[in-house]
Amino acid sequence: MAKIRIAQYWAAGCGGCDVALLDIDEKILGVAEMADIVFWPIAVDAKTKDVEAMPDGYITATLFNGAIRNSENEHMAKLLRQKSQIMVSFGSCACFGGIPGLANVTNKKDILEYVYWHTPTSDNVEHVLPTPHWQAPEGEVEIPVLYDTVMTLDQVVDVDYYIPGCPPTTNLINEFLDAVEKHVKEGAALPPKGSVIASQKTVCDECPRKRTVKKVDKIYMPYEIDIDPEKCMLEQGIICMGPSTRAGCGAKCLLANQPCRGCMGPTAEVLDQGGSMLSALASIFAIGNEESQMTEDDILELMAQVKDPLGTFYAFTMPASIIKRKVKEKKATTASKEA
Amino acid sequence: MSDEAQAQAAPAAEAEGWAPNLLVFCCNWCSYAGADLAGVSRLQMPTNFRVIRTMCSARVDPEFVLRAFAKGADGVLVLGCHPADCHYIGGNYRTRRRIALLRVLLEQYGFNPDRLKLEWVSASEGLKFQQTIKEFDQTVREMGPNPINEE
Repeated sequence: MAKIRIAQYWAAGCGGCDVALLDIDEKILGVAEMADIVFWPIAVDAKTKDVEAMPDGYITATLFNGAIRNSENEHMAKLLRQKSQIMVSFGSCACFGGIPGLANVTNKKDILEYVYWHTPTSDNVEHVLPTPHWQAPEGEVEIPVLYDTVMTLDQVVDVDYYIPGCPPTTNLINEFLDAVEKHVKEGAALPPKGSVIASQKTVCDECPRKRTVKKVDKIYMPYEIDIDPEKCMLEQGIICMGPSTRAGCGAKCLLANQPCRGCMGPTAEVLDQGGSMLSALASIFAIGNEESQMTEDDILELMAQVKDPLGTFYAFTMPASIIKRKVKEKKATTASKEA
Repeated sequence: MSDEAQAQAAPAAEAEGWAPNLLVFCCNWCSYAGADLAGVSRLQMPTNFRVIRTMCSARVDPEFVLRAFAKGADGVLVLGCHPADCHYIGGNYRTRRRIALLRVLLEQYGFNPDRLKLEWVSASEGLKFQQTIKEFDQTVREMGPNPINEE
């Protein structure tokens, strides 16, 4: 029987997704038996020109990890889309922008200037910045152009399946590979296009911790208290993204006594993971009967315990959020006028 | 004024006459009735706002507000029952906490947080509804258009 062909590519991400694919233990033998790995820059020797030489639709499935934030990422996403029958958005960065997506609170100019000029360890007296084209004595050198805005994979190309997670867990990768294997060997139908290979519920559904009062009195950073491993994180005052995050990861962080940070993204029912978490967290403050007496300033003080709503609630999903990136008001806001 | 002069003056007048697009969420039990009272009392106010009635101000999911701004609304006003007056006992307290946090979030996204305002309007406060709309319209006019529309 003919083998299927698999490719994996690494765009704006950390490489953890590539390692996650290697991390599926003995299952990798099944992959090798079922599939030829035709392109995987960190593991096999095929080059971009080899991909360019393939006929359209030659690759059965491409697992694309990383967000799109420069011209090379975009070019490779489009190339691999053209050459693949199935395009899989693999990992949180490809699905929602991930941690690199937080660059959408700033822009290209500020990033380059900070990194090349203003970090405490920079000593760039000539104020050199990377240029996409450079004429060196040996010939012209080209590097990709950095974009102002980080994008998700599906904002650039059509995506068939999503496997979220930072990185996707072994069980989710196996679930997908099993489906492809069954499709290839037995002709079983693939999941419907656009499916997210994960649970339809929230992380709380998989979390074994006990929930009793469902209230929070005061917000703590995880290092400020001794976290009870049996009790709900939120009830202990630790911000945990569980209530607004898709399950499928097996609540691994919670089992390791760490709060959920939301890498699995929003559930199917909401568009904006951050908005959903903001709503949930604001609702569960335990205040009691005196709330009718509280002034607007008291409420501001209470909510100011959440130090960085954007960075906390959108740690993995800013480019996929409703607003997507930071905007710039023409007129300075009242607060900055006074300052 | 000659036709020519009028034609020349028109674009300038149009720029000056920019009216913000305001979205007003009113709770069914207090604020919507307040808006109704303002209407039947024939209180004059700007007309560049649209009202969406929700059963409670707490029904206004932060997502609604974010979507309104993403789709170009210049200001969003959330109106609910006064503290201790909520038809559902504590809905307005949840709204108040959410809006406080949402304003911080909007500021982090680069918006002027004053584009989102929460106010209490009871069923008997037609006059307050009128005042709130007038003031909010003025605030947003001074800020100018939603920066999302500029991009």
